Amino acid sequence: MSDAPTFERDLADVPTSAFGSRSLTWWGVIAFMAIEATGFALAIGAYFFLMAHEHSWPPEPWLPPDLLAGTLFTTLIVLSEVPNTLAKHAAEKHDLPAVRRLLIVMAVIGAVLLVLRGFEFNSLNVRWTDNAYGSVIWLLLFLHTTHIATDWADTLVLAALMHTREGEEARRFTDTSENSLYWRFVWLTWLPIYLLLYWLPRWAP
Amino acid sequence: MSAAELARDGPTLHGPELAARLERSWSRDPGLLGWLATVDHKEIGRRYLVTAFVFLALAGVLALAMRVQLARPDQNIIGAARYNEIFTMHGTTMMFLFAVPVMDAVAIYLIPLMLGTRATSFARLNAFSYYVYLAGGMLLWIAFVLNVGPDVGWFAYVPLSGPEYGVGKRADIWAQMVTFTEVAALSVAVVLTATILKQRAPGMSLDRMPLFAWAILVTSLMVIFSMPSVALASGMLLSDRLVGTQFYNPTENGDALLWQHLFWFFGHPEVYIIFLPAVGFVSEITATFCRRPVFAYPVMVMAVVAIGLLAFGLWVHHMFATGLPRVGYSFYTAASMAVAIPTGIQIFCWITTMWLGRPRFDVPFLYVVAFIVTFVIGGLTGVMVASVPLDLQLHDSYFIVAHFHYVLIGGAVFPLLGAITYWYPKVTGRLMSERLGKLSFWLLFGSFQLTFFPMHLSGMLGMPRRVYTYPAGLGLELPNFLSSIGAFIVALAFVLFIANVFLSLRRGAIAGPNPWKAGGLEWATSSPPPPYNFAHVPSVGSATPLWDGPLKWMSGLRVDEKEMLLTTVVSARPDLREPVPEPSIWPFISALALTVMFVSSIFSPWAVLFGLVPLGVALIAWFWPKQLEPTAEPVIE
Repeated sequence: MSDAPTFERDLADVPTSAFGSRSLTWWGVIAFMAIEATGFALAIGAYFFLMAHEHSWPPEPWLPPDLLAGTLFTTLIVLSEVPNTLAKHAAEKHDLPAVRRLLIVMAVIGAVLLVLRGFEFNSLNVRWTDNAYGSVIWLLLFLHTTHIATDWADTLVLAALMHTREGEEARRFTDTSENSLYWRFVWLTWLPIYLLLYWLPRWAP
Repeated sequence: MSAAELARDGPTLHGPELAARLERSWSRDPGLLGWLATVDHKEIGRRYLVTAFVFLALAGVLALAMRVQLARPDQNIIGAARYNEIFTMHGTTMMFLFAVPVMDAVAIYLIPLMLGTRATSFARLNAFSYYVYLAGGMLLWIAFVLNVGPDVGWFAYVPLSGPEYGVGKRADIWAQMVTFTEVAALSVAVVLTATILKQRAPGMSLDRMPLFAWAILVTSLMVIFSMPSVALASGMLLSDRLVGTQFYNPTENGDALLWQHLFWFFGHPEVYIIFLPAVGFVSEITATFCRRPVFAYPVMVMAVVAIGLLAFGLWVHHMFATGLPRVGYSFYTAASMAVAIPTGIQIFCWITTMWLGRPRFDVPFLYVVAFIVTFVIGGLTGVMVASVPLDLQLHDSYFIVAHFHYVLIGGAVFPLLGAITYWYPKVTGRLMSERLGKLSFWLLFGSFQLTFFPMHLSGMLGMPRRVYTYPAGLGLELPNFLSSIGAFIVALAFVLFIANVFLSLRRGAIAGPNPWKAGGLEWATSSPPPPYNFAHVPSVGSATPLWDGPLKWMSGLRVDEKEMLLTTVVSARPDLREPVPEPSIWPFISALALTVMFVSSIFSPWAVLFGLVPLGVALIAWFWPKQLEPTAEPVIE
């Protein structure tokens, strides 16, 4: 075909990176959040389904989990939203030095959270093999731990990447911003699980 | 070099020179490594399709084995235990390894072409999903060949599949196969959702999107919200079996019904995950062969969305026989009957389209007609068993077997075969033989009814499903004999269909870009399409742009780098230029690492921990950027 097709518009001036719902990465992260949120919701459904079979919760003679490690964990993960938001804003302003600094802060927080999580497993006062109650609270804690670990690994890789020349590339700032978005999901999903693990067994008859 | 000097398509660069340069940027390396590293959605779609049909053939052979065993009463050609394995393998393969992946296959191939874009979103995730699916299928079938295939039915109810009764590794294989196929299906769902929402051609607002794309969008969202349920359920089953959790163990206050709830919360939407893509096929074929857009497009879209929502409120109708509160019976009966309403609306929209149009009864359209007849029968028996008293009579009988084969083969496989005939020229550049196509169609349509209609009768006469034999003298001989005869003719019809596929690769008439004079964008590019799909970005002003006169285009994408256009979600205005990932071997290696982890975790829980190391390395290599962007880019607002 020698004749040029009819062109309505030239797209050369269309930008090559953006934040939020304009970027493809954002949609990928949202879709995976939807998948994982569904998983959490169903696991929580299983928790209540099994709870309905018991006369007391936790079933006699088991004790509810000890509060210390879980509460420390919860406090830290809620506070982590401060550097997380700062990292997101720094990325959106293409402020590379701040992004580098804050990603390291987030990586350290992730490591501390994983250590605290180890203590949490140790303070559940029940083993997963003991009964369905033990199985389901181990399940919830395990599922959430996979999210902490995944995001921690992701943050480590991103922090390393941002310390190379790649970090100057606009698309990497989008990656950083979406990583922060995912971290919000990780700590927000923790809050109902914290209540189900530590407080509902204290409040339930 | 500045941004202005980068090579872009447009008035000064088009035609053969542009094609040659795009070909260089978009083609992959030859050889095995290039083959494993490809991220071209058309190659991946074709592989999905071929693999799914191999599994269809394997599961079909098992169906024939069952029909041989059941052809006459009191036979012992296949023993009870082997029969359990065979029906489990048949159902599991058909549902997890054929029905869902084959719909994914067609969508992966066609959706970018229909939307006028050059690639899918997350092209490497797409490639990864294929290898994970293949590994899951191989796990199941290698286990079967090694005589450790699952024998607990395709829904693997506990306690039969639990640690108390499901001794050995058979149930573990089943549960882990589920994990593989869920990872694959969820990955594809993410890819397709993002592609449909962000990559439509400029002007293709949501209300101009092809009905097939609507069907795939709703299907993908259903996958996202239903498949985690079976992944969670099978994970809990594995941990009950492997590390001694008590989720389904009633003696430690677990509950077997928890399995049924979680399974059917996935399992019922699954039926519509298989059916809705078929709704898309039927709509596209009906429009083309009736020479007019499908009647009442907005109503069709609303029906698809309504089915997607209602499908999540029906799962308990699979559990009527477990005993429910009265209000539960009423609610789920009402919900099950309600889903017939949007389905019925769709049927009437298609019939109206035919009534108003000038139907041309070529093979793809014949499958549409067969679909309507057969699916309506399956739908009516569905309304029958939505009623609790009748369901309690017919539950686990051959009536149910008849019902779901009418719904699944009539509702999904007939449209699929029509779709393959319809889009075959796009994929191969040649048309399938019409004569052989008609022969296999009529043979299949007739033999399907011969096989499955008598099952209604044997079911009502009291024949339970999943029995390896039945006694003489109960009136079951004739319906079973007819079913067995029919099954072999079904197999013959499939052989003819596949023969047509292979023969037409060489002998079929050359198709050209648009052999059916259809209206969708996939027909605007050559057959088969080049690796970059479209040389320029198409711009559309209606749901059937090729029926509106010469297509308009947009220019300005990069030529020496792989680039595609992102548009806004609702109105599809040009928004961003997005690089398309280069081919990479790492999705394949990641899938391999995942396979090692999943398979070894059947034997030791520690495999999960140690398996994460190679998987993590592979994933990091996958995501680590390989080259810096040229300095002239990006364009920042």
